[in-house]
Amino acid sequence: MATESTNTDSKTGSGRIVFFVLIAIAAVLFILGLVDDYTMDGPNIHPMDQFLIEPLFGTGPIHWYTPTNVTLWMGLAIAGIATLMVMGTKGRAVIPSRSQSMAELAYGFVRKMVEDVAGKDALPYFPYIFTVFLFILFSNFLGLIPTSFTPTSHIAVTAVLAMGVFIGVTVLGFVKNGVSFLSLFWVSSAPLALRPILAVIELISYFVRPVSHSIRLAGNVMAGHAVLKVFAGFAGTLGVAGIVPIFGVVAIFGLEVLVSAIQAYVFTILTCVYLKDALHPHH
Amino acid sequence: MAVDAEQAAAAPGMPQLDPTSFPNQIFWLVVSLVVIYFILSRVALPRIASVLAERQGTLTNDLAAAEDLKRKALEAEVAYNKALADARAEAQKIAEETRASIQADLNVAIARADADIAAKAAESEARIGEIQAGAVKSIEDVARDIVGDIVGAVAPGQTVDAKAIAAAVSARVKG
Repeated sequence: MATESTNTDSKTGSGRIVFFVLIAIAAVLFILGLVDDYTMDGPNIHPMDQFLIEPLFGTGPIHWYTPTNVTLWMGLAIAGIATLMVMGTKGRAVIPSRSQSMAELAYGFVRKMVEDVAGKDALPYFPYIFTVFLFILFSNFLGLIPTSFTPTSHIAVTAVLAMGVFIGVTVLGFVKNGVSFLSLFWVSSAPLALRPILAVIELISYFVRPVSHSIRLAGNVMAGHAVLKVFAGFAGTLGVAGIVPIFGVVAIFGLEVLVSAIQAYVFTILTCVYLKDALHPHH
Repeated sequence: MAVDAEQAAAAPGMPQLDPTSFPNQIFWLVVSLVVIYFILSRVALPRIASVLAERQGTLTNDLAAAEDLKRKALEAEVAYNKALADARAEAQKIAEETRASIQADLNVAIARADADIAAKAAESEARIGEIQAGAVKSIEDVARDIVGDIVGAVAPGQTVDAKAIAAAVSARVKG
């Protein structure tokens, strides 16, 4: 009886905290919207400006090595991951601290996903899959901080991630299975007459994988951030009536928190599915 | 701001589609992935794996120990119950023996007391018989004397045969 009541108390408590955090973020966005739209650019809304890539120091051209806001926010993601996964697990306690518990939870979540979806023989590739998962998760969540930059909203970043998975999985498929990897496209359970047609379809769908894999992530993140910015811009231009879009911002921000986690999950589980096809190509 | 405007002009709409920034993003992405990969594979993952394995080991050991202790507790309970039953049986036996020995002592004592009582009763009876006999004899003596005196008083000067008086008295007393 006592533990139950404290549980519900803490739940409603944390719910209230999340709500206030969202309100606070909305207020910040509102103020930033005012500043952006009136003092700098006039009353125009620039929802895509948040995706601009700018040098951190000075205003030179952007070479491949130039430290930019991409560098900064990827670096912060690395710092976050190192904090959680290295500093958080420093105690190596049998009874974990909160941070260690979170790190173990993330580890167990992705490891179980790899094992369940791709099988036990996929576990050697677990570190890379976990790397991708944590990178996307932390980039997405850090990107939710107002005025921040989100690397995963850029198709160049997600395309490299997806192509890495695509090329890696394809090479692995041929290395592990030889030519019989091509049986992935030969649906032996279908009637013989249909198999060539299915093979063409399977082949096309195989090569479309990296496209959908990358655009799904970048598109979701970009769209959410753009919509947030548009609503914040409305809040700035509507004056007192701006309270209405502020609630819209709060609602969409809540949705974006979900999207951030879900897209990291989707990217990872699709990676596992593709890896399963490479390790076990026979239908 | 000028650069912003330039870039915005160069890539109207989506900065995502501005290919001049691609090499920069790809370079830093690869650097980040390599760094994260090494942080995870060199430090974090072995550490977490060892912690989880240790926890699993501890759990297994603790469960085994608990199982062992439970078995021991059961054994102890069985032994306790057995000891209790044994003690109870022993107590029963001792009580039975004690009762039997007391009964035997009692029987002996009762028999002895009975014998004493019988002896004393016999003795008393003998004495009562003696006293009775003594009393009858005294009565006869007194009766003889009185008969002699009465005969003397009724017929003075006449001598009375003592033997005849005694026979008459004893015949009367007995009759």
